[in-house]
Amino acid sequence: MSAPAVQPPSGLRAALIIARFSLRESLRRRVFVVIGLLTLVFLSLYGLATWQAFEAADEFGPQEAGVEADIVIGATLAGLAMFAILFLGAILAVFLTLGAVRGDAERGLLQPLLVRPLPRRTLLLGRWLGATSVCAPYVVLVALASFALTSALGDWWPDRTVAPLLSLALGVAIIAALSLAGSIVLSSTANGIAVFMLFGAGLTAGLLGQIGEGINSDSLQTVSSIATWTLPFEALYQAGLADLTADTVGFTRLAINLGPFGGAQSAGADLWLFSLAYLVAVGVAAVVAFNRRDL
Amino acid sequence: MPSALSVSGLRKAYGSVQALRGVDLEIGAGELFGLLGPNGAGKSTLVKIACGLVRPSGGAVTICGHPAGSPSAQAALGYLAELFRFPDWCTADELLGLHQALTGSAGGRAERAELLDLVELGHVPDRRVGAMSKGMQQRLGLAQALIGDPRMLLLDEPTSALDPSGRRTVRALLERLRDRGVSVLLNSHLLSEVELVCDRVAIIDGGAVVAAGTPAELSRPGGVEIETGTGWRTIPEATREDVPQIVRELVAAGEDVFSVRVRTSTLEDAYLEAVGRVPAEAVA
Repeated sequence: MSAPAVQPPSGLRAALIIARFSLRESLRRRVFVVIGLLTLVFLSLYGLATWQAFEAADEFGPQEAGVEADIVIGATLAGLAMFAILFLGAILAVFLTLGAVRGDAERGLLQPLLVRPLPRRTLLLGRWLGATSVCAPYVVLVALASFALTSALGDWWPDRTVAPLLSLALGVAIIAALSLAGSIVLSSTANGIAVFMLFGAGLTAGLLGQIGEGINSDSLQTVSSIATWTLPFEALYQAGLADLTADTVGFTRLAINLGPFGGAQSAGADLWLFSLAYLVAVGVAAVVAFNRRDL
Repeated sequence: MPSALSVSGLRKAYGSVQALRGVDLEIGAGELFGLLGPNGAGKSTLVKIACGLVRPSGGAVTICGHPAGSPSAQAALGYLAELFRFPDWCTADELLGLHQALTGSAGGRAERAELLDLVELGHVPDRRVGAMSKGMQQRLGLAQALIGDPRMLLLDEPTSALDPSGRRTVRALLERLRDRGVSVLLNSHLLSEVELVCDRVAIIDGGAVVAAGTPAELSRPGGVEIETGTGWRTIPEATREDVPQIVRELVAAGEDVFSVRVRTSTLEDAYLEAVGRVPAEAVA
């Protein structure tokens, strides 16, 4: 045996090696084939619903009481699509990370990697990058496809495009980070359940806010606001929703607010900064917990 | 030159359970060291602390002079866990490629091919891990542990899934590594194997080293057996040095001596004695 030259990779490079390996695993396990097929089904159903909705709107004529039906229908459908896409993105994020630490350690997959000159924080970063590089582009592409379908079938395009897409992408990146952090202390099954319950809690908080606004309840709105900021993927979703119809005013705006947009809240730059800080905080907490864990 | 592995005053507690109670060990360059002990004695905990997978409660472990768990220590280390698994979807070549990348080994395809040949998997570089037998996976694990030419190899039950031929291959490999100056800590239940290849042995029980030394030092004289015309007779207190005198006396007394056996205890006897279980033969 000849001794090869050895130069351990830098932290970022090692994280990219782990991320690339995770991506290769997704490819080899045909995760992308399954995702692609199910997404095609989703987009087909969305296209069918969009076509039917705009057909029905045409029968009512161009305007009813100053409400532009095409805008209401287009925005409502796109808003519903965003909800579904966030859910699909969350499923992806959770399934790509739910057993990343404890699950892999219990199966004996993690130990051979951690004995390499690979700090634990680098492994976490690599796993997060691997998951996020799948689910963030996924939600962006599917949301863009649904916008394109809405435009093709109903001639409606969101008032803002980039912000809603980025809000979805950052939302699933946060869910991936939460799931990865949960995988350090929880078994795979418990972690999956916990993250989906958190996801549900966030959506429920948004719904509470909408009800609170409808019945003018300050306490419900306060609870909703706190819960939404504690789970910022929900706040990001609401901000993205608000951006879809940012320039829409008048009766059309009122009509839109009766639908899923009732909970939409434009949050501005603070939300983005808070979300990024939240992501970093989850990452730091995960690293501290992982460093203290015996494997 | 620092020891390949230095363990001093190592303690580890899991809640109220003391897994290690102040273990001291030194393994020099090119030394093949056997770690023995019953289940739950603390062997795997010691190995995991040396690998940086488990945090000690007290004491210190260094690998080639670097604190265990540090990047420098990890770079000098090769490890095969007792209970390990590799991703079943990747091939042998891909797995070694991943570990090369993480270690920063510039060995490339040549190193991978050489290591696969070494563990007799050279003919299946593109076979998926999931399609390999347990024995093949264990040999792949050994190849993985050798990526980047480690100076210290920690092997936890490396032959448990191997057939006799596979074990012989691993024994030959370990001897070859020793000749190249690689130190090996071999954690095994196969005492005969440890006795065959290890330079020194430590027996751990209850989280402490209860015996240590070369296999020869650990074994003890077990008397002399002599076959004469009247059959076998045993002189328990006699040693090898006593044999000529005994034979002379028997011949002088008119007896025919056909053969003589000098008995020493085996490593297994020493092990059973060290961990508080009397060898079966002694009981009989």
